[in-house]
Parts: sequence; structure tokens; C-alpha cells
Amino acid sequence: MIARDERPVAGVPRAVLAILAAALALQMAWQGTQPKPVARAAALDTPPSVAALRVASLGEPIALAQLATLYLQAFDNQPGVSIPFRNLDYSRVTQWLATILGLDPLGQYPMLMAAQVYTQVPDAARERLMVEFVHAQFLQDPNRRWRWLAHVTIMAKHRLHDDALALRYARDIARLAPAAPTWARQMQIFILEDIGELESAKILLGGLLAGGEIRDERELHFLTERLEGMKNDEKQTPTTKNRHSEPSAPGSKP
Amino acid sequence: MVTLARFTLLEALRTRLLWLFLVALAAVYGAAYFAQELAITESARVQIVFSATASRIAAVFVLSLYILTSVVREFNDKGLELTLSFDLRRADYILGRLFGFMLIALAMALLAGVPLWILAPLPAALQWTCALALELWIVAALSLFCVMTFTQLMPAASFVAGFYLLARSLSAIQLISDTSVVGFNVQSRQVMGWLVDALALVLPALDRFSQSAWLVDGAAGWSAVGACAVQAALYSTLLVAAAMFDFYRRNL
Repeated sequence: MIARDERPVAGVPRAVLAILAAALALQMAWQGTQPKPVARAAALDTPPSVAALRVASLGEPIALAQLATLYLQAFDNQPGVSIPFRNLDYSRVTQWLATILGLDPLGQYPMLMAAQVYTQVPDAARERLMVEFVHAQFLQDPNRRWRWLAHVTIMAKHRLHDDALALRYARDIARLAPAAPTWARQMQIFILEDIGELESAKILLGGLLAGGEIRDERELHFLTERLEGMKNDEKQTPTTKNRHSEPSAPGSKP
Repeated sequence: MVTLARFTLLEALRTRLLWLFLVALAAVYGAAYFAQELAITESARVQIVFSATASRIAAVFVLSLYILTSVVREFNDKGLELTLSFDLRRADYILGRLFGFMLIALAMALLAGVPLWILAPLPAALQWTCALALELWIVAALSLFCVMTFTQLMPAASFVAGFYLLARSLSAIQLISDTSVVGFNVQSRQVMGWLVDALALVLPALDRFSQSAWLVDGAAGWSAVGACAVQAALYSTLLVAAAMFDFYRRNL
């Protein structure tokens, strides 16, 4: 169909048509002979300083923090190449996460990535680096970041099999995060019980019940039963104390 | 043709285009100096990469916008009808204007490249400047084609911007389409892969031009610039032929 203000194609000189067709064919042939792009994994660079990023954010540090989070999150899937977590430089990753938290201290996304994404690496050294990062960040704002430390406490207990580390984290939650719910602050009791430190667990649980901090009747009932259970266990098997051959809880009673 | 090219060049000088570009370059190098001061390490690398990348984008932006507004103004002032009332073929008009714009592009590439001749190794900076001139020639031909086809600023500018961004990112899109990130729906991925490959055949790979990596990681070699020259010659010819095709079909 010919628009009103257009001439027919026959009005175009043949030379122009020939050049158009030839140039198109040559362009396609040229591009066809070019090597296909090759995927190369780029190393994760050191993040810029928080101060520099604040300047670059033009007054929108949260938006820049979110962009940086997405950049970091997508880093293991660069165009055409997928980098396994075990090949990532975890010290750089923690620097990026700390920078993002510096830009947006109230954001929880970097903590989630640290606690639940980057800890999935099948490498204990990297896992430890990441759980230590979560612990260090928790210490800066315990009441907002306790949930991520609670997650890595369970990880330390069941994946790293490091009861001492799990107990240290659980104690820090109980000690430093009053805003955390009671289940999180009771974790240390159950870890103590699990590693055979029944005496310590009983004292803590008894103190918790006596302190009147727990008001929910069902929870009160459950914990009282648990305390009774511990006492019964201790009576039936007095040797259960320190049942693990190598008690690993620091500061536990001998 | 030569007269048209000369008048195009004169118009650029009298509208102070090159001064405007110099001001833009001064802003770019000022920002690059600021970025260098902020950098904790590799400050020279930061300055070179920032200034090369930003001056490349500034050159493309200023040149394409200048070409679009210049030709649109000629349409609106009826200068085109006046020019074509002389004994001049439409093809000559297109070629004359294009040669003028290519000379402007060359001047802009030189202005953008000269500071890098001091900051970066000279062979790499020369290669970068040549590749920038070639890239700007493609951009000039593209802008001329778009304005001859769309005749209005907004659609032409949008098309140039979209085309340029796509041509710069097509290699990355090709790589992504080749990789199974999600790992399912193989057929749709194959179709997408074919579409992207087909697109790569008809678009110039502008990401291979004027890479800042040449300036900091080692020169690319003149063979890479030669490949850019072949691509620029082919694609400019294609765009000029397409512009002529549209121009010959138009009733004035």
C-alpha cells in the first residue's frame, strides 16, 4: 500500500536499490563471519567507599543501595557465564554487603543475602566467613538484625556442627536483643540442653519462668513441662551431663 | 556535493557546535578528575575510563541531536525545497549532507581523543580516537536516515537512542540468550536465541568500537580498528542507501 505522500518503489533509481540490497547482504555476511561473543567471568571488584557512593547517589542512598544489591545478587550470573558461589571472593562479597548496609542501615536485604543465600556455599571456610559477617552486623543493630543471627545460629549448630559458635550467637541474641521474641532469646537454653549442659539450661529456663517475662499461658505450660522433663532426665540418667565427648560451650559449668 | 558538505560544516561552526562540545568535554574531564580524587586506588585508571566512556557518550549524543535538529530546521524553513530547486539529484543532497556531518564527526572524535593522547598510552589512544570517529560516522548516517524517514525530531531521536543502546548491548544479550539461567522451556529459549542472532546480523556491533579497556588494559591492535572500519563502511553505506530509498519515494 502506498501512502498519499509517497512515490512508488519504481521511482527509486535502480542503483540505489542495488546498493541497498548489496549493502544489506554484505552487512549480514560480514556479521556472519565475525566470531560470536565469548563469555568471560569478571572478578568482583572492591566496592567504592560508602562516602563516594553517597555522593554518587545524588541524595538517594537507599535507591543506590538497592541497585548495588541487585548488582551483587546478579554477579554470579554474568552474561553467558554462571559463577558458582565457591568461586566468588567471599571477602569482597562481605565488603559489598557491608557497603550496602552502610548506605541503607535499615535495609534487611543484604542480611538476608548473607544469612540465607551466600551461606549455601558447600565450603565451610566461606560459610564461616559469612556467618561471622552476620554476627558482626548484628552487633551494630541487634534489635533489627536478630532474626538473621538466629538463622545462622541454627546453621552453626546443624550445618557447621559448631556448638560453641551456635551457643555464642544464641547468648548474644538473648543478651543484646531485647526486642527479639522469646523463642529467639530461649535458643541458648535448647542449645545447652542439646549439648548436655542440662544444669545451665535448667538455671536459664528457671530464671526465665521466674522472671515473669513469659505471659502466654501455652508457652508457659510448654516451658514448665520442658523444665520438668529436664529434671526427670537428669534423675534417670545422671551421666547425661556433658554427654558429648567434647563439650564445646564456652563458659559452661564443669 | 562538496558545496553542501562545506555549508554543513559552516553551519556547525556558526551555530557554535564545536564550542558546545568543548564545554561538554570540559564537564566530562572535570567529573573524571573528581572521580579520580575519590578513588582510593587505581586513580589514573578511574580517570581514563570515566573520561573515555563519558566523552564517547557525549559525542554520540551531541552529534546525533545536532544532525536531527539541523535537518528538521531545514525541512521547516523550506531550505530543502530551495536546495533541490537547483540542478541537484536527491542522492547528491544526501551524500553532501552526510560528508559534512562526517567531517564534523571527525572533528568531534579528535577533540574527544586529544586529552587521552596525554593521559593514556599513545598507540591505544590513537586507536580509540580512530574507532570513535568510525562509530560517529555510523551515528551520523543513522541520524540522517532517521530524520529523512521520520521527518520529525521526537520519533527520530527516540529511534536513534533505541538503536544505539541495542547495538551497544547486543553482544551481552546474545550471551544471555545462549545461556540457560532458568533451565526450562528449551524451545522458547531457542526461538529467542535465533531472534537475537538474526538481529545481530543486521545491527552493527557497536560494543566492539572505542572500548575504554583498550586505554587501560593494553591496545587492541590496528586489526581491531580495521574491523571497525569495515563495519563502519558497510553500515554507513546501508544506512545511506536506506535514506536515499526513503527520500526518493517522498513527494515534496
